[in-house]
Amino acid sequence: MIPAPFTYRRAWSVDEALELAGQGGDDAKFLAGGHSLLPLMKLRFAVPEVLIDIGRLGELSFIRDENGSIAVGALTSHHDLATSGLLARELPLLAHAAGCVGDPQVRHRGTIGGSLAHGDPAGDLPAVILALDATLVARGPTGRREVGAAEFFRGLFETALAPGELLTEIRIPKPRDTAWSFQKFTKRAIDWAIVGVAVQGGSVALVNMGPAPLRAAAVEQALAGGAAPADAAAHAAEGTSPVDDINADRGYRQHLARVLVARALAESRTRT
Amino acid sequence: MKVTMTVNGRAVAAEVADRTLLVHFVREVAGLTAANVGCDTSSCGSCTVLLDGQSVKSCTVLAAQADGREVVTVEGLASGPDELHPVQQAFRDEHGLQCGFCTPGMVMAAVSLLTENPRPTEEQVRSGLEGNLCRCTGYHNIVRAVLAAAGAMEGMEQR
Repeated sequence: MIPAPFTYRRAWSVDEALELAGQGGDDAKFLAGGHSLLPLMKLRFAVPEVLIDIGRLGELSFIRDENGSIAVGALTSHHDLATSGLLARELPLLAHAAGCVGDPQVRHRGTIGGSLAHGDPAGDLPAVILALDATLVARGPTGRREVGAAEFFRGLFETALAPGELLTEIRIPKPRDTAWSFQKFTKRAIDWAIVGVAVQGGSVALVNMGPAPLRAAAVEQALAGGAAPADAAAHAAEGTSPVDDINADRGYRQHLARVLVARALAESRTRT
Repeated sequence: MKVTMTVNGRAVAAEVADRTLLVHFVREVAGLTAANVGCDTSSCGSCTVLLDGQSVKSCTVLAAQADGREVVTVEGLASGPDELHPVQQAFRDEHGLQCGFCTPGMVMAAVSLLTENPRPTEEQVRSGLEGNLCRCTGYHNIVRAVLAAAGAMEGMEQR
């Protein structure tokens, strides 16, 4: 199984990547680690005519402490996130969740930017970024702009990125409330989450409970109003629209969301 | 496009189609057929090789992405024809294989795991091999082999 024919172009800088994307038009796609895009291309779900390989842009692979926030380059691999001492200290939720993505081989190649730009509601990191109130930095033909995580995920495999726009950096404020937890329910080790939950302080985000990752707003409101974690978790399925699929039906996922949010809140409170 | 990479210490260059996968480059251009195409969907790990020292599933990497880089397959592990790499020796000693199809990938995943974590616990070995499936389900002996290899490699370093 090999992808349909395409033209491979390699970028050596962000500027060159943007220029190549402009030349490629609507049929061009950026290739980072390729662990979402290449499988889709092999199955013909994606048939880009031009692939722009941004995998060698060292300028986009970094994890930096910038006073009140942590800046993560879009090309940073899951492995580098999971083994970062800086993240272990400042953003253990992100480091831990990155270590839950796929398997070791996938984590060596897959990148945070690729995972976010792919916009899969079953992906682990989109919900984490949402719970952490991150800001995403993109560069495109018209310049640089910042998008809040809450506005970034628009729907199934749909993000705020415009064609030809490249996600370059994720900026994450250091959390004031250090309580965190990440829960991922799978049937087998390397499966996608049937349901997942990311908690940072009073922020709760859900994996695979709708066409895009979403905040469990009713849980957050209950917590803010002083509800006990177990009582707040009872609201976890409110406002969600999970799919029925081969792994689970809608009702099962909603039940799981309540159970996993309760577990996540309980675990997070052991980490303050 | 012209792709050049180092495979098991040897420079290999060829003009290949842009869509050529690394596993096909390794098998058909470099002529090294240990890395197997199993699931072809980055699930089973039979195609695992080292790319710049890290385990990757070569069915999900373009040859172009490995251009200029260093690839090691299981054929390149042993230091000589009569000497096995400690991980290979441990798989042999502990009977860490049955049909053998998953073994080249399993060994390379184990080598990468031990590079990152030279003294893993049994649980860390099991989670470290999550990306490799053995359809004979011979996992117990595989885990035993990786733990034995860790011990042997530590002993070699101390000598």
